[in-house]
Amino acid sequence: MACIDSSMENLDNRKEVVLLACGSFNPITIMHLRLFELAKDYMNETGQYNVIKGIISPVGDAYKKKGLISAQHRIKMAELATQSSKWLEVDTWESCSKDWLETAKVLSYHQQRLEAENFNNSIVSPPSPILPGGKRKRIDDIDAGEPKPSAPQKKGPPELKLLCGADFLESFAVPNLWKPEDIATIVAKYGLVCITRSGNNTKKFIYESDVLWKHRSNIHLVNEWITNDVSSTKIRRALRRGQSIRYLVPEAVQQYIEKYNLYSTESEDNNAGCILAPFLKNK
Amino acid sequence: MYQVIEGIISPVNDNYGKKELAAAKHRVAMVRLALQTSSWIRVDQWESEQKEWIETVKVLRHHYSELLRKEATNSNAGSEIPTEDIATPAYTAAPELKLLCGADILKTFQTPNLWKDEHIQEIVEKFGLVCVSRAGHDFQQYISESAILTHYQHNIHLVKNVVQSDLSATYVRQALYQGQSVKYLIPDSVISYIKDHDLYREERK
Repeated sequence: MACIDSSMENLDNRKEVVLLACGSFNPITIMHLRLFELAKDYMNETGQYNVIKGIISPVGDAYKKKGLISAQHRIKMAELATQSSKWLEVDTWESCSKDWLETAKVLSYHQQRLEAENFNNSIVSPPSPILPGGKRKRIDDIDAGEPKPSAPQKKGPPELKLLCGADFLESFAVPNLWKPEDIATIVAKYGLVCITRSGNNTKKFIYESDVLWKHRSNIHLVNEWITNDVSSTKIRRALRRGQSIRYLVPEAVQQYIEKYNLYSTESEDNNAGCILAPFLKNK
Repeated sequence: MYQVIEGIISPVNDNYGKKELAAAKHRVAMVRLALQTSSWIRVDQWESEQKEWIETVKVLRHHYSELLRKEATNSNAGSEIPTEDIATPAYTAAPELKLLCGADILKTFQTPNLWKDEHIQEIVEKFGLVCVSRAGHDFQQYISESAILTHYQHNIHLVKNVVQSDLSATYVRQALYQGQSVKYLIPDSVISYIKDHDLYREERK
């Protein structure tokens, strides 16, 4: 079955998409990076979308998750992990905030940034057509029905979608973890691209939630056909036990972890006894 | 108890005749690229350079005799070795050579006519297996289903993988045929090589 070769096809008719992933990235692993690749392939292959950027937004230290090491290191590792990527970048706005920020706020911030960039781009290239010979059309000559020539079409900002795994989606059901209005905003206003190994279970979860069901067309489920269980938790456990994590995280990340001896029994005890920030906020 | 000093990856000969097998020179080159940053694993071309496909046990025998040869060369240069080093294990005995494999290989021992019984015996008796767990395979079961494996189970080391993964070369080739990304599944240098040499572009029957 031939696949769509997106480099040859006219991408102008597609909706541009930016994928945002929030999380601890403690540390970033090849699994996180694979989520982006799987999501991009899936969205592009529908023929409707053109994924232009992926943003990794590590959570701030104020999240108070057990075992979370400082944002400075987590950001650096994410940067090392994405240095060979042409489309992934790391954003520090979320982690720079001294208070923990809800995901909906992070989405809102990035949406505003995309809108601002889009607005700036459309100022730079003026919308009025210039005829061959360089003469600008006179006001009374402008005819609304005339086809626009080579000047760039004014298009809206890219659609911002939240990229996540099935466990993230299912965490919507954890009491007091999410504000119901935030869940609604995330699926209604933005949309989710959710990578799942067990598509049926995830569909069932969506089916059983009124708000998710209502916006199911905005929840894109992407099947991950193979098990590749590289979780940050397992990485930290392996490190505590002196086991090799090579080939489970990018080379530069493994070297960084080793250089700074980042994960240990002590670091796993960070925030022990602390209440996770969202629970504190949603009491 | 053990100190692993070297890892050898020995790509199979082209005459093995497996479906979708790219030319040995490419497979060797890709392994070499993947191992560029490894301090202890190397690729060996001997098996792939032979005129015919050779059984695994013969590859083991070849590499073991190479290890013995090197060890003999080292001990012949005895007068140049500092006395404190002579007592270390490297100089007292040749290293043991063990076959590293996934749990799925244990299962293939059961496939009729794929392995010679005397070869399986030699592999587990004279050399030994280091067998890494793989999703969907129960190696305890495979061992108990085979008299030879049960008898030599003390020489079969079962390693639990840090992560469960059914990532396989088959999956990677499938993704490549479908134009999907394999980034982070295989090293960037190998992805570039595949692209530069136009490998795995369509399924060969």
